Amino acid sequence: MFDLKDLYQEVIVDHNRNPRNFRKMQDADRVVEGFNPLCGDRLNLYLKLDQDQIADLSFDGSGCAISVASASLMTDALKGKKVADAESVFDEFHNMVTDNKPHDAEEIEHLGKLAALLGVKDYPARVKCATLCWHTLHTALAGNKKTVSTE
Amino acid sequence: MSTNIAQTLSAGQSTFPVNTIRTDFPILQQEIHGRQLVYLDNAATTQKPLSVIATLDDYYRHYNSNIHRGVHSLSEKATAAYEASRGKIKDFINAASTKEVIFVRGATEAINLVAQSYGRSTLKPGDEIIISEMEHHSNIVPWQLLCDQTSAVLRIIPINDDGELIMEEYKKLLNEKSKIVAIVHISNALGTINPVKNIIDMAHAVNAVVLVDGAQAVAHTGVDVQSLECDFYVFSGHKLFGPTGIGVLYGKQELLERMPPYQGGGDMIKMVTLKKTLFNDLPYKFEAGTPHIAGVIGLGAAIDYVTKTGLANISAWETALIQYATAESEKVNNLRLIGTAKEKISILSFTLDKIHPHDIGTILDHEGIAIRTGHHCAMPVMDHFQVPATARASFAFYNTHAEVDRLMQGLNKCLEIFG
Repeated sequence: MFDLKDLYQEVIVDHNRNPRNFRKMQDADRVVEGFNPLCGDRLNLYLKLDQDQIADLSFDGSGCAISVASASLMTDALKGKKVADAESVFDEFHNMVTDNKPHDAEEIEHLGKLAALLGVKDYPARVKCATLCWHTLHTALAGNKKTVSTE
Repeated sequence: MSTNIAQTLSAGQSTFPVNTIRTDFPILQQEIHGRQLVYLDNAATTQKPLSVIATLDDYYRHYNSNIHRGVHSLSEKATAAYEASRGKIKDFINAASTKEVIFVRGATEAINLVAQSYGRSTLKPGDEIIISEMEHHSNIVPWQLLCDQTSAVLRIIPINDDGELIMEEYKKLLNEKSKIVAIVHISNALGTINPVKNIIDMAHAVNAVVLVDGAQAVAHTGVDVQSLECDFYVFSGHKLFGPTGIGVLYGKQELLERMPPYQGGGDMIKMVTLKKTLFNDLPYKFEAGTPHIAGVIGLGAAIDYVTKTGLANISAWETALIQYATAESEKVNNLRLIGTAKEKISILSFTLDKIHPHDIGTILDHEGIAIRTGHHCAMPVMDHFQVPATARASFAFYNTHAEVDRLMQGLNKCLEIFG
């Protein structure tokens, strides 16, 4: 039997309590609102680009621990990355939380701190909480919409 | 279960045979995540007693057939069982006639039927529909749609911070333009029992008709539509220990007679030519197409079960449970109750510290405890209390004091994890 700590482990609880990059960015190039009607999670994602690089990434809003921790971990992981690299991390992360396969140590290692969110796999109803910020980022990078919903 | 419980049982919780009752509900005998299931999501849907499950099984196994038109034995048996259920419902809510009992998919469809049939055929621009701030979305959106169609205006009775209707404000809203008052009997998000008899009398004084949404009420309190004098009363079978997909619209016969059909099709007609259709009599005028026959018969079995257990006994047991749960919840740190009406049923809606309700729901699920988390299809209520969501434990008569204890242990675990 899995342990609840698989989901609400320290890293999640910590990032929920003290979310990183939790601030409104005054000079953002793009601002996109993400909304998850299930939990009522609502976040604004602020993106500043320097050519093909994510110069700065922050968020604010309110939501469940999973959505806040996920946004905190995501912004931490992607700041300074090239846009193309961010997209590939998105694909990797999204595949890992939505597929039904177990993952080997190497895959988990490769995800880094984001692996803390893999516990949502056991709670299908909560996967959207973990992926909300990622979908919002995806939209921000594409630069074509102002809001994104998980529904 | 013994049939004389109703006679022998006084209000005392100690004599309520909850352990026997629990054996009637097979779904309760299981473990979730290795813990005995504690099912506290009864306001969303209730569990089904064996007698209901067996009734559905018996229908499909032995006399499944279409009703009303068949001349063969199975059809006659199915028709008789279907119409017998209508009779049970008539008695259960004390309608004057089975003509006043219309089968629909659920409370939602019943409200839409009244809005589109009664409302659309009678409202004029500027007429007013009154609802309240504590309505379920199903008693808001059909009226908003109707207002768009007829240029009628929606007026709202506000609630106070205990989650009670502010009756003085309701009084002020009533005037000669008020045509429909649609009000929830018992709030699903707060548990508040509304003074519906008062509300109905006040509406009738200005000649408005009243629809009462009884979705949460029928499983917890006796309903007598003639004594209430409500014009319409709606409820869903699945919140009354019956199947999903079946519900009831009660309407006063003289109103139903005047209303145009809601949907056209088979069974709601007397005669059809390609030019003209002669509609069937009540209640069939509003039952187009093959209905949910098994659901209707299953709902009849559910009502038999509730009647046998006795609503007075059920209510007494649930009152004891909610009093205990409320008292215990006050011992949990930073728990804020949402919905503290003086008159309320066994619904405990709350927030806990700064923990998001969905995190509470997931942690409790891991402990084998099923509760509801979210806006409970009552977003205006969440707005009133300025919370995005609440956690809601809702109790039925098969719940126990030990399960309340399990809930409180689960909540303390939430505090521990997020501590």
